[in-house]
Order: sequence, then structure tokens, then C-alpha cells
Amino acid sequence: MPGSSLNAPRAPLERVVGSVLFAAAAVSVFTTAGIVAVLLGESLAFFRDVRVWDFLTDTQWTPLFAEKHFGILPLLTGTLLTTVIAVSIALPFGLGAAIYLAELASDRARRVLKPLMEVLAGVPTVVYGYFALTLITPALQRVIPDLSSFNALGGGVVMGIMILPVIASLSEDALYAVPASLREAAWALGSGRLPTILRVVVPSAFSGIAASVILGVSRAIGETMIVAIACGQQPRLGIDPREPIMTMTAFIVQVSLGDTPTGTLEYRTIFAVGLALFVLTMTLNVAAFHLRRRVLKGAG
Amino acid sequence: MSNPLPTPVPRAEGGLQATSDPYGAERAFRAIALLALVLPLCLLAILFGEALYQAVPRLSWEFLTGFPSRRPEEAGILPALAGTTGLMLLVAVIALPIGVSAAIYLEEYAPDSWVTRLIEINISNLAGVPSILYGLLGLELFVRAMQLDRSLIAGALTLSLLLLPMVILASREALRTVPRHLREAAYALGADRWSTIRTVVLPLALPGVLTGVILSLARAIGETAPLITIGALTYVAFLPTSVSSSFTALPIQIFNWVSRPQAGFHVAAAAGIVVLLTVMLILNASAIWLRARLQRRVSW
Repeated sequence: MPGSSLNAPRAPLERVVGSVLFAAAAVSVFTTAGIVAVLLGESLAFFRDVRVWDFLTDTQWTPLFAEKHFGILPLLTGTLLTTVIAVSIALPFGLGAAIYLAELASDRARRVLKPLMEVLAGVPTVVYGYFALTLITPALQRVIPDLSSFNALGGGVVMGIMILPVIASLSEDALYAVPASLREAAWALGSGRLPTILRVVVPSAFSGIAASVILGVSRAIGETMIVAIACGQQPRLGIDPREPIMTMTAFIVQVSLGDTPTGTLEYRTIFAVGLALFVLTMTLNVAAFHLRRRVLKGAG
Repeated sequence: MSNPLPTPVPRAEGGLQATSDPYGAERAFRAIALLALVLPLCLLAILFGEALYQAVPRLSWEFLTGFPSRRPEEAGILPALAGTTGLMLLVAVIALPIGVSAAIYLEEYAPDSWVTRLIEINISNLAGVPSILYGLLGLELFVRAMQLDRSLIAGALTLSLLLLPMVILASREALRTVPRHLREAAYALGADRWSTIRTVVLPLALPGVLTGVILSLARAIGETAPLITIGALTYVAFLPTSVSSSFTALPIQIFNWVSRPQAGFHVAAAAGIVVLLTVMLILNASAIWLRARLQRRVSW
């Protein structure tokens, strides 16, 4: 930092500028505090009417019907279903891409392919949703005839493409961080290139790869537009990927599109669901952060 | 996937190991890893091609200057285009000063203290919060508490909070590229911290900062979920006249069209997607152009 004692703030202007800049930096803290306060505040009001136990264990989610049930389990299984599909696409492809970029590609191929891969992450999710509903699902229906036109599978597959760059680029970092001495030791023992990658480099980078998958899962859980467009509006406690489902995020969209008056129980449900979403994604992000820090320290 | 394409890429250091690959396992693996990277890119290219093919007959001056309609073949996108333009201008005006100030604080002013660390952790954390939760914050804070209603400014403030971590990150990277010795030269001439930043650091970092901000704006333009949550309208047959007008935006309009059952609206959605991606491309290209142009004048 260039702030030596010679240039310590003396003039009043310096102090004013310093505080203004600090205030700008503090906006981020207030944003986090604001999100937590809003979610907690409305959720507390929600849980005055709905027991936490029912929220967590009831197997039906019908807050907008006459006979109301507030069990988040169907939304949770819907979310997990699309997430599992997405990760089972993104993990093999992302890891393959990471191994190619980190271990096999020439510098020139890397320079071309890496930015291209990042394009996958930059496509607006509403565009991915359109792809899932109007192109991927009809294509899948040719193979799986009883696939409903809104289904978890199409959305999950497209979401897998979306989170692929997350897994690929963080895994690549982890593979890159494996010390060259380990590879050289394996080669010196007569191991070929392929066994070295599969038995030495990839296992050594395991925590970094795990962190990338966890962040991918977190991204998939919070993803909204793909599932809202392509996966349907039916909260359903089941794991059939051919059926329409509803994720936590899709429920928030559904309520937001309607004319639910503020201050009602129905209105508060979106904050209770939002709180669950926040807790889930933050837990995953923190876990990934700690795993990654181990990698950066070289202990992975 | 099991297609063992022979890839004729010689490795410089492969000499010794090549003999240990008599069955071509290594070459097969290399092909599979490359496919893991290239297949998703090809799929995306096909999807884009298909969307473009659908959209071309619909793309016309009438589409760009038309208003939404109940008849899919007459629906136009002008209010959404105007809404997105307004949003982007407002977001730039809000997020640029706050983001750059925060970056200057963290790079040039911040003492090594727990407050600084708290801010840093917050910023990296915020990048992992699902965007729909920003929508819930915007709904409670801007739409309800500040009574901005479902206006352009409420949407812009919400998107600004979402964008801030990205703007701060990009600005910090730009500030870091300014060599330390230039700051020290300014100090040696008797300049205090703020004049050094104002006259030396900021002008040199400006191209990088602007490029980063425009790239983040290109990202924000496709954000759909937070705008739906704060209640951006899906059917707007007028243009926003002030910051307190209600509004729609390109991704909202696309979502609205893709959610309708009629195939005609899906075609309109494809055309909307082409418009959205074109706007994103223009922003990206202008960022690259700006960086190239501004950097030419600077040499150190």
C-alpha cells in the first residue's frame, strides 16, 4: 500500500475523501445485511402462522390453494433433482475440459478454447430457458416418448451446460496448482502421461475439484429462469425427471408474477423459501471457500 | 463419446512417454477430453443457429419499433428495448461511482484491519448470492420501504446492487495495473494521496475501469429473475417517460413470450433473443474497442 506515514491524511479534504470512499465500500456490507434482514424479518412473520416443523416435514406445498400446506420438501426435491441432473452433465464434461486445458492442450489451443468456454457462462439464463423448452425438450422427446413438455430433465441438462464453465475453470486452477515435482516423480518412476494424470494429478487436486463441484451445485440451486421456463409449475415430491416439477426459485417467480397482496401469508412464503435458498447456497459457498483455501495453500 | 479420434497433436515432451502408449489409450483419452470441451460448445452453436433460423423471418423494423400485441405476428419489442436502455443508463450512473470509489478505497486507502477484511469477505460472498435474492431485497427495500413502486429506478437500484461486486473487482484489477513507481513519483513531488489518485492513478486506470464496467453491464442486461421479483411488468404497451415509470425489459419480454403456449410467440421470443444477444455483443465490442483506443495514448 502506498500510504506511508509521510502521506498520512492531514488535510481536511483527505479525510472527507477517505470517508466518502469508505462509505462506498461499506455498501456491500449493507447489501448483505439488507438481504439477511429482509429474509429473516418476513420469515419470522411467516413462522408465526406456520410451524417450522410443518415447513420442514410436510410433504405438500399448496400455499396458493384453498387448502394450504406449507411443506418445502417438494420444492427441495425439485431443486435437488434438477441440480443432480445438471451436475451429472457438468462434472464429466467440466472435468474432461479442465484436464484437457490444464494438462494436454497446447498454449494456442488454450488461448482459443478457454474464452470460448467462458461464453457458456455468459449466456443470459432466459436464453438457456428458451433453449431448454423449445429445442432440447422436443429433441429429448424423440428418445423418451413419455417426456412431459415441462420436465426436470431438459432444464437440468441445459443448466449443466450453464455451470460447466464454473466446474471446468476452478478444476483447471486446482490441476494447475499441483506441483510439477509430483508429475516429474511419477514420470521418473516410469509412469506414462495418462496414468500420471489419472493417478497422481487428479487425486492431488481432489479438494479443488470438490470445491468446483460444490460451487457448481450452489449455482444450480440458485438458478431461476431455466427452471421457471422449462421445468413446470408442479411442486411434486418425487424423483422422476420426466415429470414437471417446481424448484424453490421457480416458486418465487410464480408468486412474483401474480398479484399477491403484500403482507399476506402467501406473500411471505417467498421470503421463507428465499431464506431456505440463502442458507443452502451460503453453506455450500463457505464449504467451497474453505476447500479452495486449502488448495491455494498447497495442502490440497 | 467413445469415438477414439486420432488427434495428430505432437507433444514436445512426449518422446519418452510415447513408447508407453502402445494401445493408443493416451491418444483416445486426449480425444475424449477435447470432446468434453468441444461438444458443449458445438451444442450451444447449434442452439444459437436454430434460434437465429427461427428468428430471421421475424426480425424487421416493425418488430424493433412495435409494441406488444396479443397477436404474436404483430408483437414488437420497442418498450422492452427502451426499458433495457433506461435500466443500463441508470445502472451505469449508480454503480460506476459507487463501485469505483469502493475499489479505490480497498486498493489505496484501506488499512489492514478487521473492517477491511469484513468488506472483502462480503464482496466475494455477494458474488455467490443467487440473483433472485437481490430481487427479494429490492422488493422490500426499494419497492416497498422506499415506495419507489415497480419503477425503472427501483429496477436499476436492484441491478446496481447485483452488479457492484463485479464492478469493484474489475476496477480493483485496473487500479492494480498502475505501476507503483508512478505513485511514488507523485508523492516525491509533494502530492498528497487524493491528488495522486485523481491526477495519476485514475486517468491511467480509466480504460481498464470502463472496460470492466461495460462488461459487467453486458452481464446485467440479461438478468431476469431480480426484475421479475420486484414486479417488472410483462406486458407494457408504452415507453418509460421518467425514472418512476413502470417498465419492462428485454429478458422480461422474452420470458413472457416463451411462457405462452402459442408457437408464434416462441418465434417472437427467438427474435427477442437475437436482439438481446446483439445488444450484449455491441456492449462487449465497445468495451474492447474502448480499451484498445484509450490504451494507445498511455505508455510507461
